[in-house]
Amino acid sequence: MPDKHLSSQFDEDLNSLCAQLLQMGGLVEQQIDTAMRGFTELNIDLCDEVIEREKAVNTIEIEIDSACVELIARRQPIARDLRLVMAISKAITNLERAGDEAERVAKRSRRVIEESANYKINAAEIKLSGQMAIDLLRQSLDCFARLDAVAAAKVVQDDKQIDEEFRGFVRKLITYMAEDPKMISTGLDLLFIAKAIERIGDHAKNIAEFVIYIVKGSDIRHTPQDNVIREANS
Amino acid sequence: MHAGSAEADAAVADREGAGVSTNAIEVRNLNFFYGSFQGLKDINLDIIERKVTAFIGPSGCGKSTLLRTLNRMYDLYPGQRAEGQISFYGENILAADSDVNLLRSRIGMVFQKPTPFPMSIYENIAFGVRLYERLSKAEMDERVEWALSKAALWNEAKDKLNQSGLSLSGGQQQRLCIARSVAVKPSVVLLDEPTSALDPISTAKIEELINELKKEYTIAIVTHNMQQAARCSDFTAYMYLGELMEYGKTDELFIKPKRKETEDYITGRFG
Repeated sequence: MPDKHLSSQFDEDLNSLCAQLLQMGGLVEQQIDTAMRGFTELNIDLCDEVIEREKAVNTIEIEIDSACVELIARRQPIARDLRLVMAISKAITNLERAGDEAERVAKRSRRVIEESANYKINAAEIKLSGQMAIDLLRQSLDCFARLDAVAAAKVVQDDKQIDEEFRGFVRKLITYMAEDPKMISTGLDLLFIAKAIERIGDHAKNIAEFVIYIVKGSDIRHTPQDNVIREANS
Repeated sequence: MHAGSAEADAAVADREGAGVSTNAIEVRNLNFFYGSFQGLKDINLDIIERKVTAFIGPSGCGKSTLLRTLNRMYDLYPGQRAEGQISFYGENILAADSDVNLLRSRIGMVFQKPTPFPMSIYENIAFGVRLYERLSKAEMDERVEWALSKAALWNEAKDKLNQSGLSLSGGQQQRLCIARSVAVKPSVVLLDEPTSALDPISTAKIEELINELKKEYTIAIVTHNMQQAARCSDFTAYMYLGELMEYGKTDELFIKPKRKETEDYITGRFG
């Protein structure tokens, strides 16, 4: 946060909350990246690594949440301080859920590898949207670190592309499964993976929306795209 | 730097949206001078009927000065003068021919330190009432009970009405002062840091009382306690160096102030 607070301890507390959020974000990014590599490289060890590390994400969420509650109890933050603390508390929930989705990708990938590693379905959209989701989450955390509302509005916009990839993949998957019912089992696993990635994009988008809330004070959730851009640039 | 009439208009528009529209007090182009020092600079503000308006700002910003102009309390001091217009239900109270005593019965005031008169609890209330009304003993008894009940003091004081007002605790004394000011049935009550000398429980009682009183009275409160302004006011005015910096709904001012100066002050980044 810019500008020094009269109480340097308050500044330290707020900065430490932000730092913890970014640290948690880094861990979740790593989880998604590892899960996607597990899927792409058909590597069970990488999948297990993600499943194992998921608990650490949950632990950090609880730690940050209790730090938020403590800060509210001790300091009664208002205005932008309040917006920041509320946004951090909500952003970590989104990060934790993105972590859950990474675990879901890892578990489903593990099943695919064990049962049908030589599947014949073209899953290019999954690989592409996986990379897009990681990028989007990184950008949203970057916006958070810099409190950049304009860049955050771009993240909100870019999430649409992941949604588009997901819809494209579902259409293709239906064709595959209709042609060969033996593919339905693997097809469903891939569908769950694609859906998990699409959800990660949504969580990144939510975090970006909180950045706009912190900076501009306006809640732009569930509003049309042009309103998001207008508010971010206001 | 100052919040001009455009902001006042916006605040009026906000209120009309909320279905409220009567102004108890309208301040227009108010300037106030302590001798050659200008304490208030071109203040424009509406105080809305049956709402609580809080004034916040650092020491010396003019909050108390503004409050003191609203019932011409400054008249008591030579060398202090106000220019501009303050209309109280349409009547300019700054006009030379305005009856100050009548004005103060309609716009009562409670100060930072409890100031009970050195007389009985009963007399503390009755004294002011007698200045404006002739009541029978029974009517006066009724009025005293009514005022003490309004100030949430009746239950604690009913068995010791003949004891000195000074025998009460600080919080009770302050409620006695509030009872005294409502006893003459004013329409506006001005509170100048009413809880700054009180413990948290007495403070909570006074805040509860403010909430109760606003059903019938218009209240303006000066406070250094930001949380108090956030808790008990409907509108908040932030003042700095004699100017009205921002005025709006309390909810908005404490979550999303329009001006950076306001945000810096309320979040403690002021120095």
